Amino acid sequence: MNNELQTIVEELKKEFGANAIETHGDASLVLPREKIVAACQRVHALGFELLSALTAVDYWPEMQPRFHVIYEFTSVSRNLRMEIRVPVPGIHPTLPTVSHIYRNANWRERELWDMFGIKAEGHPDLRRILMPADWEGHPLCKDYPLGYEEPQFTFNFEEINLRKPYAKE
Amino acid sequence: MPDIQEVTVNDLKHLVSERAIQGETMLLNMGPQHPSTHGVLRLLLELDGETVINCIPDIGFLHTGVEKNMEAKSYQKAEVMSDRLDYMNPVGNNLAFSMAVEKLVDLDVPARAQAIRVILAELTRFQSHLVWLGTAALDLAAMSMFLYCFREREYILDVMELCSGQRMMTTYIRPGGVWRDVPVEFEAAVRNILKTFPKRIDQYEALLTRNPLMLDRTLGIGKLTGEECLNFGVTGPMLRASGVKWDLRKTRPYSGYEQYDFEIPTRPEGDVYARFLVRLEEMRQSLKIVGQALDKLPIGPVRSNNYKFVPPPRSEVGVSMEALIHHFKLWTEGFNAPKGSIYHAVESPRGELGVYLESDGSPKPYRIHWRTPSFDNLQSIPLMAKGVLVADLVAIIGSVDIVLGDVDR
Repeated sequence: MNNELQTIVEELKKEFGANAIETHGDASLVLPREKIVAACQRVHALGFELLSALTAVDYWPEMQPRFHVIYEFTSVSRNLRMEIRVPVPGIHPTLPTVSHIYRNANWRERELWDMFGIKAEGHPDLRRILMPADWEGHPLCKDYPLGYEEPQFTFNFEEINLRKPYAKE
Repeated sequence: MPDIQEVTVNDLKHLVSERAIQGETMLLNMGPQHPSTHGVLRLLLELDGETVINCIPDIGFLHTGVEKNMEAKSYQKAEVMSDRLDYMNPVGNNLAFSMAVEKLVDLDVPARAQAIRVILAELTRFQSHLVWLGTAALDLAAMSMFLYCFREREYILDVMELCSGQRMMTTYIRPGGVWRDVPVEFEAAVRNILKTFPKRIDQYEALLTRNPLMLDRTLGIGKLTGEECLNFGVTGPMLRASGVKWDLRKTRPYSGYEQYDFEIPTRPEGDVYARFLVRLEEMRQSLKIVGQALDKLPIGPVRSNNYKFVPPPRSEVGVSMEALIHHFKLWTEGFNAPKGSIYHAVESPRGELGVYLESDGSPKPYRIHWRTPSFDNLQSIPLMAKGVLVADLVAIIGSVDIVLGDVDR
């Protein structure tokens, strides 16, 4: 970690009471979810203009916290990179939205809802984004099984066709 | 099976204007089978006559669950899927994945492999821009451009085939190096490209750069300022066309990009035409990098000799017990990456291509997330589309250079 990043991390640690971890040269901070909006505003003001990624990791069957939501920030003006991790519990997984600070968080938070079922509170347009609107479940959760399709051959084509879950007239 | 749910205007009323609900403006579906949406992008347009009032992109038609599938596969097998994400930049995806794994397990890559990676990544960038140029010009009704670009692209795909046996889905770059050394014909084939392509780019410029039809369709359309770009997460040539000099190859060099002398083209205007000029100049710079890398291509191994993570060469498997054991372990269980997480980004032809990788110590990635540039670049379309004509929207979509495999993952 270079000096410039070190000072920023120290500042954020003091201001938000965060825990810092170093990961391969970049900084990583763990913050409680109530403070994420204020932290994002601060981070944006410190010159991290770009929200590179916003994603989550599911630690199921661990429930407290079940998810870690990960924000990757890039500073174009200062050439720095930083990560913030926010633990989210498995029961009522919600998170305040940051889409008013970083506009591309809009779709990224929709993806979070679609794939993990983590609701961004105050989001202007929280619909599913990648899966169909009537999909059930959140596919990237660890308790969601990886699906498969039965291969059809001539001898069992009709049999599998009957139970195949696709739209029929 | 759940009933098929119908989406009405009521569900979207927070996205369209008041007039759409009263029926004064028209809601029109563009795509997912529209030829100028470059794949399966669906745009719901609110139109007042010819003018776009609101544009609501609808994505996910090409969602293949790559992230979920990768979590169920070992690292070697997961890499094969990375080619299919951004199918215009398969080598770049392999590079991002391999570099993330290398950072996680601490693998060194030999200098020759680094140089080969750079050459192939730049050739892939070139061919991706060729496809963009051909299709974007086709959207503006320049039919012959499309044929020229695809003619040139074949030369690059031939080089890919020479190296890996595959034209597009190469999986040639592997964690720890590349699959195998380049064949003897490689240098002549790349030199041929370096000799002929600069003249071809001049020809494209002669056809398009001062073409009044092209200027009419592109100048001052789809404007984005540098600040808006960053706020929307827009990276790559779009960001550079808005005057921000940000290229990961220069600012956070990887794979030995710091040794090569090249420029980052920028334009201040931020419109469709500026993006066209930036990408054309990038094609020239890519050739410059390829030339330098080929001139000083080091001699030596192309794979790390850390056989815990990289399969030993076939010649050793027959004579060395250890090599046989490593080979067996790697092809049955795979390798165990240490616990930890990593975010690594490379510059793809479309912008910052990042991989977030988390390992729990098992041979399969616990979580892998692809930060794909098209996903964020596409989000800026509603902003650019406000108040333009439908025909201009086609030019704007072309200039964003989306790859739907990259958006939907």
